[in-house]
Amino acid sequence: MTENNQSIQTPRRSVPFWAQAVIWVGLLALLGILAVSLLRAQQGTIQVGQVVDDFTLSLFEGYTYNERDEVTLSELRGKVVVVNFWASWCKPCEQEAAELEEAWRYYESSGEVVFLGVDYVDTEPEARSYLAKFDITFPSGPDRGTRISQQFRIEGVPETYFIDRDGVLRQIQTGPFPSVEAIRAIIDPLLAEE
Amino acid sequence: MIPDFGLGILAMAFIVSLFAVGAAIYGETAHKPRWVESARRAMLLTFPLVTLAALLLIYLLVSGRYDVEYVYSVTNNAMPSYLKVTALWGGQPGSLLFWAWLLAAFASAVTLRKWERDREFLPWVVVVASVTLAFFLALIIFFENPFARLWQTVDGVAAYTFQPANSLLVTPADGNGLNPLLRHPGMIIHPPMLYLGFVSFVIPFAFAFAALITGRSDDRWIRITRRWTLWAWLFLSLGLALGARWAYDVLGWGGYWGWDPVEIAALMPWLTGTAFLHSVIIQEKRGLLKQWNMMLIILTYDLVIFGTFLTRSGVLSSVHAFAQSAIGPMFFAFIGLTLVSSVALLIWRWPSLKAEVEMKSMLSREALFLLNNLLFIGILVVCFWGVIFPLISELATGQKVTFGPPFYERATAPLFGALMALMAIAPLSAWGHSTVRTLGRAIWKPAVIALAAPLATLAFGITNPVALTGFYLVGLVVTVTIYEFWRGARARQSAHQEGFLTALWTLAGRNRRRYGGYIIHIAMALMAIGILGIEVFQTETQKSLGVGESIELAGYTVHYDSLAQFAHTDGRWVTRAEVSIFKDGVFLQTLAPRYDVYPDGQPMTIAGVRSTLADDLYVLLVNWESVSASQAPFKVYHNPLVNWLWIGSAIFILGTIIAAWPEKERTATAGK
Amino acid sequence: MKSRNIFLTASGLLLLAALLSPPSGVQAQQPTPSDDEVNAIARQLYCPVCENTPLDVCPTQACKQWRDEIRLRLAEGWTEEEILQYFVDEYGARVLAEPPRSGLNWLAYIVPPLAFLAGAYLLFRAFRSWRALARQQAAEAAPPPATNGKDEYVARLEEELRKRG
Repeated sequence: MTENNQSIQTPRRSVPFWAQAVIWVGLLALLGILAVSLLRAQQGTIQVGQVVDDFTLSLFEGYTYNERDEVTLSELRGKVVVVNFWASWCKPCEQEAAELEEAWRYYESSGEVVFLGVDYVDTEPEARSYLAKFDITFPSGPDRGTRISQQFRIEGVPETYFIDRDGVLRQIQTGPFPSVEAIRAIIDPLLAEE
Repeated sequence: MIPDFGLGILAMAFIVSLFAVGAAIYGETAHKPRWVESARRAMLLTFPLVTLAALLLIYLLVSGRYDVEYVYSVTNNAMPSYLKVTALWGGQPGSLLFWAWLLAAFASAVTLRKWERDREFLPWVVVVASVTLAFFLALIIFFENPFARLWQTVDGVAAYTFQPANSLLVTPADGNGLNPLLRHPGMIIHPPMLYLGFVSFVIPFAFAFAALITGRSDDRWIRITRRWTLWAWLFLSLGLALGARWAYDVLGWGGYWGWDPVEIAALMPWLTGTAFLHSVIIQEKRGLLKQWNMMLIILTYDLVIFGTFLTRSGVLSSVHAFAQSAIGPMFFAFIGLTLVSSVALLIWRWPSLKAEVEMKSMLSREALFLLNNLLFIGILVVCFWGVIFPLISELATGQKVTFGPPFYERATAPLFGALMALMAIAPLSAWGHSTVRTLGRAIWKPAVIALAAPLATLAFGITNPVALTGFYLVGLVVTVTIYEFWRGARARQSAHQEGFLTALWTLAGRNRRRYGGYIIHIAMALMAIGILGIEVFQTETQKSLGVGESIELAGYTVHYDSLAQFAHTDGRWVTRAEVSIFKDGVFLQTLAPRYDVYPDGQPMTIAGVRSTLADDLYVLLVNWESVSASQAPFKVYHNPLVNWLWIGSAIFILGTIIAAWPEKERTATAGK
Repeated sequence: MKSRNIFLTASGLLLLAALLSPPSGVQAQQPTPSDDEVNAIARQLYCPVCENTPLDVCPTQACKQWRDEIRLRLAEGWTEEEILQYFVDEYGARVLAEPPRSGLNWLAYIVPPLAFLAGAYLLFRAFRSWRALARQQAAEAAPPPATNGKDEYVARLEEELRKRG
C-alpha cells in the first residue's frame, strides 16, 4: 500500500529536551488556569470573618456623605457598615426597600451605623424613580464597572453585607429582609461591640 | 424501592468496570490471556446493567414519582409521556446517566468485534473504555445521583441518597416541568446526537492509546480507527447541524450560531476530527504522518473531554451551561489524567512513529492536505484562544471580557475561505507531484466556468467583495467536484464499455470514501451559499404596529391583521398575532408569530417564517414590550439564501453516510 | 503562502475600512429614535447580567431598561461611540462584543495570527527539507517512462478500484 521503493529512512530521534520542556510547561499552565478558574467559580461570595477590602462608592446626585459625593469604606472604620446591593429591575428588592429605609432612619442620628446602597447594573432614570418611590435617604450610588459587586462576588440581588467596626464581614443576608426587626437584630449586637 | 435498586445497579456497573480495568492490566502484564478475556466480558456486562438503570429512571420519570428529586425537577403532570422520556437528558444527573449509557453501548459494540487479528490492542482498549465509564459512573453515583429522593428534615426539604435520621419522605403533587426551550422537536434530538458524537470518539482514542502502548501503529490500526472516527464525526456533525437548526427555529434572534463558548466547545473536536479524516488518507496512501495523525486523534478526544468539562463544571457561564455543580473538581482530575497520559505516551513513542518521508512537490495532494490541516488547526487556535482568554484575563486583571461573533468571524472567515479554495484545487492535484503548470491546466476550465457565479451576483446588483469572492469559490468547488465525478465516470465508461450512469454508480459505489467525500464537499459549498447569504445580506427591522399597519423590509410588506390571547391546554398563556405577507402588492401567505408563557414564567418565542429557496422572511412578535391589538412590536428579519444552509446540511449527512458505509474489504492485498 | 496572503489582505482591507468609516458628529435633538436605531447600537453590546446574550434580543426587564437608556441618549444627541463608552464605564468591558484593545487584551488579537504564521513557517520548512530529500532520491533513480496523461489517470483509477474490490 505504501510506495516504499523511493523513500529513505530518517533517523529515529526522540523528542528533543527543549520541546518536551515547552510542552509540559504549556500543559501545566493550561491545567493551572483551569484549576484556578474552577476554584473561583466555586468560591461563592466573600466569607464571614474576612476583612473587607476598601472600595469607593460614588453617589447619585442628591446624595452626600460628609458633604462629599462619594464614600470610601475605609473612612467608615469604627462604625458598623451595612452594604445593600439592589437594582430597580429586581422585584424582591422592593420587598425590603421600606424596611431598610426605616432601619436607617432609626440608626442615622447615632452616627454609629452607615447604610450604603449599591445599585447593581442598573439604569439611572429607573434607579432614581425606585429611590424616590421608597424615599430612600441613605447614601446610594451606582456600582460603576461592577467593581464593588465583583469584589463582594455577589450571586444575585438583593444581598446585604454587615461589616463591623473593625472592617470585618460579620453577616450576609441573601434575599430580602422579612422585617425591620430582622435588620436590627443583626446590627444591635455589632453596635454593642467596642 | 426502585430508586434504591437503580442506584444499586449503577454501583454494580461501577465495580464491574473497575474490575475490567484491573483484569485487563493484570492479564496483559502477567501474560494471562484468560484475565484479558474476563475483562472483555466484564466490559460487555456493563451495558445491560447501565441500560437497566436508565430504564428504571425512565420509568420513574414517566410515572411521575416526584419524591425522586430529578423527576421533580424536570417533569410535571401536564407533560405528555414522550416528553417525559426525553426529560432523561433534561438535567445534569440524567444527562450524565444518558452519557454513561452511550459509553457502555459503544464499549460493548467494540467488544463484540472480531479481535483475532488485533489481540494486542484488546486489553488497552478495554482499559481506556472502562476507565472512562468508571469515571462517569463515579460522577453519577457520588455527586449527581438521579435517584436521590426528597426528605424533610429539621433543616428543610432537600435531596439525599440515603435517608437521613429523623426525616420524612416528601412527595410533591407536581413537578417543575422541563425547560420549555427543551420541548422543541429539534431539541429532543440535538443533545442525544451531540452526546453520541462526543462519546463515540472514545473508541478511536482507545485504539490510539493501545497503538501507542503496544508500539504497533501500522495500516491495520489506521483502518480500524478511521472507520470509527468517520461514524463519530457523522454523529457530531449531525449534532452541530441540528443545534444550528434548533437555534434558528426557536431562540428567536434570526441566527443559527452565536459563537457561544459551549457551541465552540462542540465545534473544536469537529475541527480536529475533520483534519484527521483528511490527513489519514495521506497515511494510508503514502505511509506518512503517523505522528501527526496520532496527535490529531488524541487531540480530538482531549477536546471532547475539555469541552464537556467546561460545559458542566461551572467554569464558563453560558446560556447552554449546566448550573454549577460539585462534579467540577473530579472532572478536573479526569481531564488532567487524560491530558497528561496522552502527552506522556506521545512523547515516549515519538521515535517509533516516524516514517519514510517523501514529498516531491508543494502542490502535490499530500502538501495540500497538510495545508488543509494547517487551516483547520488555525481555526482551532482561534476558537481555543477565544474560550481560554477570558479565563486568563479574569485571573490576571480581574476584568471580565466577552468574545463575540466579531472576533471569531473576522479571524476565521479568511481561513474558511482558504479551505473552500482548497476544496476546489486539491481534487485536481496529483499524489506525489504536481506543478503549477499541471494544476493550471487542470483548473483553468473550471475557473472560467465558475465565473458565472460572481457574474450572476453582479447582475443582481450586488458588489460586496466578500460575497463575490465567496460565491466564486462556491462555484469553483461545485464545478471541480462535478467534473471529478464526470471524469471518473467517463474513464470507467471507456475502460469497461458501460453506460455513463452505470459507470457513475459503480464508481461511487466502489469508492465510497472518495465520492462520499466529494458529495460532502458539494454540500459544504451549498452550506456556504446559505452562510454567505445570511451573514452578508441579512437585514432586520423592528417596529410597533397597531392593527392594520404594516412594516416594509426588503421589498416585503408585513401587515398586522389581528391578535389573539388564550390559554393552551397544557397551561401556557399564548399570545398569537396574525400577519399577512405581501410582495409588490401580491398577497403571499399568512404567518402566525407567537410567544408562549409557561406556568413557571418561562417564555418561548416562535417566529412565523416564510421559507423559499431565495430567502426567509422571519417575523417575530417581540415579547419584551407590552403587546396589545393597538400596539404590538414586531421584529422582522430578511435572511437571503439561508435555506441552502439546511439543504447543504442534509446532503452533508447523506454524503457522510455514503462515505462511512462499510465496503467489502479485500484482505488479499499486499502491504498489510 | 497563498492563505497567508489572503489573511493579510483581508485583515488589511478590514483595517482600512475601519479607519476610513466617517465619524458621526453630534447632532441636535431628534425625534424619538426608532427601534432600528436603538437596535443598531444594542446589537454591538451584550447584556451585562445574562450570559452571552446580545442586548438587542435579550428579553429581560433589565435589558429593556438598557435599551430605553440607549433610546434616551440617542434622543439627547449622543453619538454611537459615546453611548458605547458610557456602557463600558458603567458596566465594565464585558458588555462589548470584543475585548477592548488595551493592556493584556492585545494578546487576544495577536496570538491566533502569530500561531498560524508559526505553523505555516514550520510547514514550509518541513516541505523544503522533504522536497530536497526527494529530489536527491529522484536524481539517483531512473527517470520514469513517458505516459499519456489520460491513460495514466485511468490506470490509477482502475488500480484503486481493484484494491477496493
